[in-house]
Amino acid sequence: MIEVVNAASLATVQDLGRYGALNLGVGVSGAMDPMSLAAGNILLGNEENAAGIEIPVFPFSVKFRTAVNFTITGADAPANLDGFALLPWWLHRAEAGQTLTLTLPQSRRWRASRAYLCVQGGIDVPMVLGSRSTQLRGAFGGFEGRPLRTGDCLPVKPSLALNAAFGLVPPALALPLICDGVPAVRVLPAAEYQDYTSEAQNALWTCAWKITPQSDRYGYRLAGDPLQPTHPLELRSHGIVPGVIQVPHGGQPIIQMRDAQPSGGYPKIGTVIEADLWRLGQAPIGSSVRFVRCTWDEALDAAADNTQWLYHARRLVALQTMRERAA
Amino acid sequence: MSEPRPRLSLLGTSALLFEAPGETDHETQAMIWALSKEVQSWDGVREAVPGMNNLMINFSVPPRALERWEARLQDTWRTIKPLPLQGRLIEIPVIYGGEGGPHIDDVIAHTGLSIDEIVTIHSAPIYPVYALGSHPGYCYLGGMDARIATPRRKVPVLKIPGGAVSIGGNQTGVSASDGPSGWNTIGTTKMEFFNVERDSPALLAPGDSVKFVVQEVRR
Repeated sequence: MIEVVNAASLATVQDLGRYGALNLGVGVSGAMDPMSLAAGNILLGNEENAAGIEIPVFPFSVKFRTAVNFTITGADAPANLDGFALLPWWLHRAEAGQTLTLTLPQSRRWRASRAYLCVQGGIDVPMVLGSRSTQLRGAFGGFEGRPLRTGDCLPVKPSLALNAAFGLVPPALALPLICDGVPAVRVLPAAEYQDYTSEAQNALWTCAWKITPQSDRYGYRLAGDPLQPTHPLELRSHGIVPGVIQVPHGGQPIIQMRDAQPSGGYPKIGTVIEADLWRLGQAPIGSSVRFVRCTWDEALDAAADNTQWLYHARRLVALQTMRERAA
Repeated sequence: MSEPRPRLSLLGTSALLFEAPGETDHETQAMIWALSKEVQSWDGVREAVPGMNNLMINFSVPPRALERWEARLQDTWRTIKPLPLQGRLIEIPVIYGGEGGPHIDDVIAHTGLSIDEIVTIHSAPIYPVYALGSHPGYCYLGGMDARIATPRRKVPVLKIPGGAVSIGGNQTGVSASDGPSGWNTIGTTKMEFFNVERDSPALLAPGDSVKFVVQEVRR
């Protein structure tokens, strides 16, 4: 068991998402930065989809009731175990009774806002509709279908002794994407792109869009040049995905994120490609993001880059584990 | 003369959106259901999700040869036969007005009808379930009488309770759980639309129908 000692707010149990229940009205949920969750699991020898804790607000601390191997990936949140500093993106072990504390992320080396705590074997909450992710609107999945609170005890299995110590270079450093000095994500135009004025289309690709404080796991509300359509748009309700950039009447876009409802009716000017959702999921409130237009093939190549990075990480970990065994 | 073609558009690399041309109607929806069933079996498709006369096709593996894939979809649509789903009819008892229907006065003001007329008109039809979406267990219903159509609220309500029966534009629906909404709430029901503990968690499925039964009118 690990006990939550200090949960400021909104930390949730997440895996890579709940797929296949859209026909019940159930959205995907899952880690805002799936690369970091997968990497933490790879370091621990878990399945990439094992559940971890997504931590967006700091400080956050847990007490280990069981000896557990763990990782902290995602944001560079200074962490300590009973006062001893820990490296991020590195394999660690906690003995029963030790307390782990994470504090506000630093952006000296890479800019990110969410940390992931993964444990060997994964957070052992029940699988609901094919996933361990928290479904906040439906109040199921994760830990009792809600964000974590102080005093919650999460089920984990005890880990065997750790005889290796190694880490990974974060994808934020290995796969950077910057446009004119501003962190960027790639976007494919969506159904209503052609219904926007040329000024609006131009603004979409050139504006540094500010992520306002009204941004969370449901969606990011952006501030920038208002995007106006050439004529009023009335749409029928249809399925949408995380990454869709909707434009309500005011002209300030909203990007739907992992907890967004899986259908909607606002006009869509574009969609952040699936391969770049992890970058967006880490973008801090108050920071800016650029949209870079891409083609279908470029978007699939970007997904292949992520797959390649994860494959490389698995190989490194497998090699290291073999060396430790041989030694 | 060729018929207007359905519109295809990308939702990133996650999905493709297929939108049928023409007015929203039941015949087209039956074709969407048929297309959904067909496409669900295609390689690389994770889930085909009907909307209101449209279909979102979510990829497990997005196809490299997108144009060939789109052409296959258009060909399939041209030859598909409607799938007339005949589901169950579920009666939903509703308390109209009062505390559970805080926006009924706005519907009265907009339509110029009395509360009794609104209740009679709203509870008269058998509403077909076209699709599920929005949140777990929520149904998009067809067939609301245009006389009680009321525009969405200018300022959305941050939290309306599960069971809220509401009107948004020319659609009506029932919230399955607490959440934000821009629709006008005219009544409330105790019916449970989603329970993850059940074998089939959602009470309703496309092809089912809903009849609102007047339990009480609170003036």
